[in-house]
Amino acid sequence: MKFTLSWLKDHLDTTASVDEIAETLTDLGLEVEGIENPLATLKGFTLGKVKHAEQHPDADRLRVCIVETDEGDKQIVCGAPNAREGITVVIAKPGDYVPGIDLTLSVGKIRGVESHGMMASERELELSDEHTGIIELPSGEVGESFADWMAKNRPEKVDPVIEIAITPNRPDALGVRGIARDLAARGLGTLKPMKTAKVEGKFPCPITVTIDDDTREHGCEVFMGRLIRGVKNGPSPAWLQQRLRAIGLRPISALVDVTNFFTYDMNRPLHVFDADKVRGNLRVHRTTGGETLIGLDEKEYSFPAGSVVISDAEEIESIAGIMGGLRTGCTEETENVFLEAAVWDTIQIAKTGRATKINSDARYRNERGIDPAFNAPAIELATQMIIEFCGGEPSDVVTAGEVPDVSRAYKLDTDRVQSLVGMDIPAEEQRRTLEALGFRLEGDMAHVPSWRPDVMGEADLVEEVARIASLTKLVGKPMSRAHVGVPKAVLTPIQKRENIARRTMAALGYNEAVTYSFIDKDSAELFGGGADATMLENPISSEMSHMRPDLLPGLLQAAARNQARGFMDLALFEVGPAFDGGEPEESHLQVAGLLVGGSAPRDPWGSRRPVDVYDAKADAEAVLSAIGAPAKQMILRGTSAWWHPGRSGQISLGPKNILATFGEVHPKVLDRMGVKGPAVAFTLWPERVPFPKSSGATRPALAASDLQPVERDFAFVVDAGVEALTLVNAAQGADKTLIANVSVFDEFHGPKAEAQMGAGKKSLAITVRLQPRDKTLTDAEIEAVGQKIIEKVAKATGGALRG
Amino acid sequence: MDDLRQKYLEAIAGAGSEAALEEIRVAAVGKKGEVALQMRELGKMTPEERQVMGPKLNALKDEINSALAAKKEALGDAALDERLKTEWLDVTLPARPRPAGTIHPVSQVTEEVTTIFADMGFSVAEGPQIETDWHNFDALNIPPHHPARQEFDTFYMHRAEGDNRPPHVLRTHTSPVQIRAMLAQGAPIRVIAPGRVYRSDYDQTHTPMFHQIEGLAIDRDISMANLKWVLEEFCRAFFEVDEVELRFRASHFPFTEPSAEVDLRCSWEDGRLKVGEGDDWMEILGSGMVHPKVLEASGVDPTEWQGFAFGIGIDRLAMLKYGIPDLRAFFDSDLRWLRHYGFSALDMPTMRGGLSR
Repeated sequence: MKFTLSWLKDHLDTTASVDEIAETLTDLGLEVEGIENPLATLKGFTLGKVKHAEQHPDADRLRVCIVETDEGDKQIVCGAPNAREGITVVIAKPGDYVPGIDLTLSVGKIRGVESHGMMASERELELSDEHTGIIELPSGEVGESFADWMAKNRPEKVDPVIEIAITPNRPDALGVRGIARDLAARGLGTLKPMKTAKVEGKFPCPITVTIDDDTREHGCEVFMGRLIRGVKNGPSPAWLQQRLRAIGLRPISALVDVTNFFTYDMNRPLHVFDADKVRGNLRVHRTTGGETLIGLDEKEYSFPAGSVVISDAEEIESIAGIMGGLRTGCTEETENVFLEAAVWDTIQIAKTGRATKINSDARYRNERGIDPAFNAPAIELATQMIIEFCGGEPSDVVTAGEVPDVSRAYKLDTDRVQSLVGMDIPAEEQRRTLEALGFRLEGDMAHVPSWRPDVMGEADLVEEVARIASLTKLVGKPMSRAHVGVPKAVLTPIQKRENIARRTMAALGYNEAVTYSFIDKDSAELFGGGADATMLENPISSEMSHMRPDLLPGLLQAAARNQARGFMDLALFEVGPAFDGGEPEESHLQVAGLLVGGSAPRDPWGSRRPVDVYDAKADAEAVLSAIGAPAKQMILRGTSAWWHPGRSGQISLGPKNILATFGEVHPKVLDRMGVKGPAVAFTLWPERVPFPKSSGATRPALAASDLQPVERDFAFVVDAGVEALTLVNAAQGADKTLIANVSVFDEFHGPKAEAQMGAGKKSLAITVRLQPRDKTLTDAEIEAVGQKIIEKVAKATGGALRG
Repeated sequence: MDDLRQKYLEAIAGAGSEAALEEIRVAAVGKKGEVALQMRELGKMTPEERQVMGPKLNALKDEINSALAAKKEALGDAALDERLKTEWLDVTLPARPRPAGTIHPVSQVTEEVTTIFADMGFSVAEGPQIETDWHNFDALNIPPHHPARQEFDTFYMHRAEGDNRPPHVLRTHTSPVQIRAMLAQGAPIRVIAPGRVYRSDYDQTHTPMFHQIEGLAIDRDISMANLKWVLEEFCRAFFEVDEVELRFRASHFPFTEPSAEVDLRCSWEDGRLKVGEGDDWMEILGSGMVHPKVLEASGVDPTEWQGFAFGIGIDRLAMLKYGIPDLRAFFDSDLRWLRHYGFSALDMPTMRGGLSR
C-alpha cells in the first residue's frame, strides 16, 4: 500500500514529519517498507539570483554568470539558454551532490573560465524530465532553502511517498483514511471529518440489476448502481493524476481514475462501465463452468462452475469484484456511464481470484473485506466526483440485495490489558483509544466499526488498546520456573539418541549434510519411493517433486555435486526424516552415512585404500553401539535393490527387526546418480533399537577374573560360501562359560587358496580366548575345549581343521 | 686380597663387551672363581681368623658384583645409544590420517537453542512434516480461503482420485506442533519445537525448506511481558552477550493476539553483527499471545489458560551468530562449506561451558 503525505493530510490534520509518521506506522503494525522523500534529496540546495550574465569568451553556447548566493557572489558558467540577468535560480555549490547527474560538484574550469557550482534544471534535481533550461522561480529570496520553497509553493511536486506492508487482518488500512485513523488514535494528529454527499437522481435508472437466488448466499451481498448520462470522459485533473502516478498507478481517464481514487482513498473498489455497451439489464449470477471473458487487461479468462460474474442480457460483462470486461470498459468516447458499488463474499472472491489467477487491486481488497456500511455513501461520493470532472446527469440508484449487518459488540474488560499484555493503561485511555478507532462504547460494551472485519472477540480489543498505546513500552517481566530447583532434563530418549548418533558420526569423521526432504522422481524410485502418495501437488521444480523415501539419494546427489567440484573422497551423513507415504504418521527417522572414494589421502604409510563394505559396517556398528543397541546382533542378507546384492547386509535383532543396512551401493544406482565409486553406505533406524526397560543408572558389578586368559588359534578349511559368523557362533557355542571371545583373524580364499585346499574351498582362521573362572586351566582341559570347538565348527559348517 | 680386588676391578673397568664381562665374573665370583676358592679356605681357619677374613671376602664379593652390574649397564647403554643413532626417522613426514567430521550449523544451533530453553523449563516437542490442513491452518485460526493462507506459499501433497479430504500440506511453520502438544499434554505446558518447515519460495534469501523453532508457554497468568523477558533472556544467552535490547512492534499473525514482531538492537561492522549496541534494529522473530481460538482448537479452555507463542528461524539465527552469508548454501552440502562452517563432534553446547567455543 502506497500513499503520499499530502494524500494522508486530506484525512489527517497533522504537523508530524515524514520520519515521525513512518516510525509511528511501523510501531502501530503498519510496517513501513520504503519512503521516497524528494525533500530529502533537495536538502542543501539554496536559491540565488543572477546579477549579471555575459557571453563566454571562448564558447558560443555558454554564459558566464555572476550569481548572488547566501555565500556571496559566485561566478558560474552555464549552458542553459534561459540563464540571464534577474532570474531566481537554484544553486548547487561545490561539494553538493546532484542526484540527476550522479555527481558531487567541485570548482571547475570550463573553457578556461572558473565555475563555482551550477544552476540546476528540474531533471538534475530529479523533479521531472524537464531539461530545456535551468529552474526559474517566480519568487523566493537569495539563500532560502529550495526544499522549503518547494514545500511551500509546489507541495505536489515534493510529496513524500510512503509504502507500507498491510497484514491480512487490516483491510481498512488499504485505504488512506484507515491509516490516518490509526495515526490519529495514537495522537499524531486529528482525523478530519468524513466527507459525505447526496446526489439526487434525476431519472429512473434504465438498467436494472438482479442477483440470482443461489448467488445471494456466499456470493453477492448487495449491488448498487446508477447511470450517469451525458458525461464527457477525458483526462482527470492534474492533482489526481499526480497522486496516482506517485503511488505507481497510470492515470487512464477521469472515469477510471475516480474508481482508483476511491480504491486507495477509502479501500472502496468501484467499477464503471460504458452503459451504451451493456445490452439489456444486469444479472449477478454463478457460472456453470467453461464460460469465458476477455478482461480489461485484454487477457481471456475462463471460469470454473460457481464463480460469481455479472452478465448483461447476452453474456458475461465483468468478473464480480475482481476485474471488468474489455467489451464494456469505459473509453474516451463514453457518454453514459454505469457506476457500480457492491459488497461481495470474501471467500467467493478468493476462490474466483485463485481460479483466474488475477491479482487486481479490487480482488486484493474485496477478498480481505471492505466496509459494507460505506457502500451507499461511496456511490454518492463517486457520483459527485464524476459529475465534477465529467459533467452529466445521474439516475436514481438501483439496489439488489441488502447491505449486510455486521454490527457486533464485545465486552471491554479494562483489566485484561494488564493480565494479558502486562501493560498498565488507565481505563479511560483504553476507552478513548477504542473510540478514536471508531468503536462505539455503550457501558462496557464496545461496538465494532463496520470497517474492522478482523475484530472478532475481547482479545482483539486488548490488541487494539495495546497496539495504539505502543508495544515498545512493554517491559519484560521474569517468568518463574514451572518447578522450583534444578531444572530436569527435557529431551526424550529418542531425541537424545538422535543427538548421540549425530555426534558419533561426526566423531567418526563424517561431515553432516542437511539435504532437501524432496527429491526428483527418478531418484526416489531408485530407492523404493516415487509413489503418487509422496508426490507434491505443486513442486517448485521437477528436481524436488517427491518426498524422499530414504536419505541416501540426497547424500549421493550431494556426493555427485562435490565430485563435480573436484572432491573425490567424501564422508557425508545426515540425520533426518524419510517418508513412507503421504500421511502425517508415515515418516520415520534415519541416520545415513555415505563413504566415497579412498579411505584416506595418499600418504607414505599407504593409508589410502578404496573404501569397502567393512568400513560402512564398522561405522554402522559404532553408531548402533553408541545409541545402546544390544551387542548380540544377527547379520542377514537380502537387502533392497539399491545395494550390491553380494556385498551388503542387514544388522538385525531378528528377521523382523532390522536396525541398519550396510553395503556397497549398487553400481547401477551409482551410475544413475552420477557418482564415481567406490561408494559404500549404511542406513540406520534409531527408533528400532529397543529402549532399555529399566532407567536406573546403576551398572552390574564387574566380574573380572584374576586368572590369566589363554588364547588358541584354529584354522579351518570350509566351503567358500560358508559365512564367518556361522563359524564364529559355532565356536562360541563350544563352551559358553569358558570362551570369552572368538574373533576371525584371517581369511584365505581365491585361486591360490583353492590350489592348496581344493576347488570351492577357503580357509578361515579364528583366535579363541579362554577365560578361566576359578582355577588355572590344565593342558588337558585346554585340549578338550579345542576338540569341542573343532567338532562344533565341523557340524555347523562342514569344515575341518586345516592340516 | 687387595691384589685380588685391584686385579678384578681393573679387569671389569677394561671389559669391552658383555662376553668379556661374563668371563671376568666367572673367574672372580663364579662357583670356581678366585673369590669362591678363597672362601673355601675359610673352613681351615681359626675362628678368630675367620671372623676377620669372612666379612672381608663377602665385602670383596659384593664390591665385584656391583662393579660387574654397573659395567653391564654402562655397556648396555652404550650399545643402545649406538643403535638409536641408526634409528633416525624424518619426523617432518605427515602423521597417519585421523578423520575429523563436522556437525551442520542447523543441528548445532538447534542444540544451542534447546539447551537455553531446557534451562527455562521448556521441553522439546515434535510433529510431522507432512501435516494435515487442519493442524497447519484451521486449528491455528487460518480458515480455508483466508487470504493469510496464500501468504504461506504452501506445498500441497498429491491427493488420489476419489480422496476428498483437503490435501495434506508440508508444514509451513512449526506452529502445528503447538496444537499437537496441547492436544497431547493439555495445560499448563512449556514446549519448544524445532524442525524443518517448507514454503514454495526460492531466491537469494529463500529456500523451499528451512528450519524454525516454535516456543509455547501456557499457564494461568503468563503475559506478554513474560514473553518479552523470556525472549530477552534467550537472546542474551544465545548471542552470548551481557545485555540485549528488544523492541516489540505490533503485527498480525492469525494464531496470536496481540501479535508482535520482535526487533533486536544491533550494529553491523564489516558484515559482522554486534548484538546489544548500535542504532540498527533487526527483525528476528514473530510472537504473540496465543489466540483464544487456537487454545479452543487444542482443547484448552481460554477462559482459564493463557500464554505466549513465538517462532524463530534457526537457519537465520545461525547466519546471524556465526556470520554465514548465504542461506542456500546450507542445503548444498558443499564439502568446503561443511568443513568451514561446521562444528566439531565435541562442541556440545551446555549452560555450564557455554554455547560456543
